[in-house]
Amino acid sequence: MITRTAVVGASVGLHARPAALFAQAVDDKGIDVTMTFGDEEADASSALEIMTLGVKGGDTVTISTDDDSAGAAMDELAEMLTRDLDAE
Amino acid sequence: MASEHKVLHGIGVCAGTASGPVAFVAQAPGVDENEPKSTDLEADTARLDDARAKVIDTLVQRADKATDEKSKGVLKATAQMAGDKGLYKSIVKHLKAGEGMTHAVAGAASEYAAKLAKLGGYFAERVTDINDVRDRLIAELRGLPAPGVPDITEPVIIVARDLAPAETATLHPGQVLGIITQEGGPTSHTAILAAQLGIPCAVKTKGALDAITADDIVALDGGVGEVIVSPTDDEVAQLKDRAARRAKALAGSSGEGATRDGHRVALLANIGTVDDAMNAAKFDLEGSGLFRSEFLFLGRDEAPTVEEQTETYTKVLNAFGKDRHVVVRTLDAGADKPLKFANQEHEDNPALGVRGLRLGMRRVDLLDTQLQALANAYQATGGDLWVMAPMVSTVDEAEWFAQKARSYGLPKVGVMVEVPAAAIRSAQILSVVDFCSIGTNDLSQYTMAADRLNGELANLLTPWQPAVLHMIKAACDGGAATGKHVGVCGEAGGDPLMALVLAGLGVQSLSMAPTKVNAVRAALRMHDFSTCQQMAAYALDARTAEDARKAVIAIADPMLLDLL
Repeated sequence: MITRTAVVGASVGLHARPAALFAQAVDDKGIDVTMTFGDEEADASSALEIMTLGVKGGDTVTISTDDDSAGAAMDELAEMLTRDLDAE
Repeated sequence: MASEHKVLHGIGVCAGTASGPVAFVAQAPGVDENEPKSTDLEADTARLDDARAKVIDTLVQRADKATDEKSKGVLKATAQMAGDKGLYKSIVKHLKAGEGMTHAVAGAASEYAAKLAKLGGYFAERVTDINDVRDRLIAELRGLPAPGVPDITEPVIIVARDLAPAETATLHPGQVLGIITQEGGPTSHTAILAAQLGIPCAVKTKGALDAITADDIVALDGGVGEVIVSPTDDEVAQLKDRAARRAKALAGSSGEGATRDGHRVALLANIGTVDDAMNAAKFDLEGSGLFRSEFLFLGRDEAPTVEEQTETYTKVLNAFGKDRHVVVRTLDAGADKPLKFANQEHEDNPALGVRGLRLGMRRVDLLDTQLQALANAYQATGGDLWVMAPMVSTVDEAEWFAQKARSYGLPKVGVMVEVPAAAIRSAQILSVVDFCSIGTNDLSQYTMAADRLNGELANLLTPWQPAVLHMIKAACDGGAATGKHVGVCGEAGGDPLMALVLAGLGVQSLSMAPTKVNAVRAALRMHDFSTCQQMAAYALDARTAEDARKAVIAIADPMLLDLL
């Protein structure tokens, strides 16, 4: 299992647009990714699931996958979370 | 396929005509209560996939076509949410648990909605989007039109059950030729909006949703409330012509009601709520001839308190100010619309039972509370308040009510004339009260012994029945003999032709739906009082209701026909 942590860069948090962009990116990678925030877990390919975590800007989240060959992809995804997606 | 030619009738609430293609504003369909449980997961998932694809496709297409960036963004975001994997998996989970198709969609959506609502702020705002996706999916699954205002690309006539404020907010007035609703009334949100925007509009158009289909061309006369499905070219031309003539006949209809030679007939509004009062007060009319106080009482477990009633009556009186009078009718309830707190027994003939003042005399506490509240409101506002009792048959009853009402310091006390006994004995009854108001609907019912609610008997119930006109004349004769005011507050007063007859019989005020006042005022202005008296004489002498109407039309100003 590969795990990455990231400090969310979107100032408004992972709400509609940032969540949608991230979920789309996960989907494009074709891997199953779980996002964990506190005790809550979400399917990271679903913007709705991500939103229900209620992640705000500056919060630290963890993403993980069972696909051990996805190291590079996970690095990219973690980097994406640190950007201000709402401004892109 | 376009529908067959047919004519529908609604209530015209904003004059003007329109013809063109239609667009439906469908309501959110809600779950299918009769759907089967999910037993074949594969088939149900396939159905879900199909519906989901169609909803996304429609939204994406609309987003592509949208001209402003804001709408484009909203539509794209909704499309994305419709395709959300988490939502999809959750729906499938509900299906696996055996829930029916639309229940599964609603269940999954409500779970996410609840979570987001709890988070508040930006997150909570997305609940609207989830609900929108839910409604679109369910509509697609049920084979019903997508909810909300449709994507309008050409000017159309909007057809809806009724319009909610949120829906009307998204309508582009430039693209809307007219509005037709199956429900709603003259004071509904739709009617008010249409009047503000000056869009021809008919409300309460019976059968509109069944009769009109998506491919139809429809013509609408928002003045008289006529809707023609698949109209002929001639009809469209006639409609425009009629609207122009009507506008001409109505031009300059303003001010106090009077005949051409200045015989006064006050024009008033029938109201039932505080909102009605506020709306009616904006019209060019002289007050309210009937405030039905029932709305304060119906559908409640306990009678409204003095304080609550005082507040309502105060608002109503304030709406009309000190110069326009308001006639409040005390509680008019019977066994057909029972009150939980009045212990009414079942009656085989509620129309002939303990109702109106008969109930007030048995439940004096209810009447006392109401009269006290009216007195409070009168003192607080100094408004021109008249109070009357419904369903009075004898002088004793009228006297009992008058003494009671006056003991509260109410300045003007009257009774309704709905029972033939009261019409015939109006001189004696008027000698103990200050005024009377004829309820033509009930007076017709009791004169003709025909149930108002029985559609088969409609021809017996028209106020054109010479027998009913004789009853009205009897009531007016009593008014003339005693010098007391006689008004009419039934639907008859809103018919421009009948209004002339009533004026001729001696009726001094007519109370009606506020939107009807203009036409009635114009009709009165076209005729001298002597002509109205002649019309009344002809109608009284006619053999049948139909003959009575024809005889009146024969001597009416031809321009009046444009108002009917």
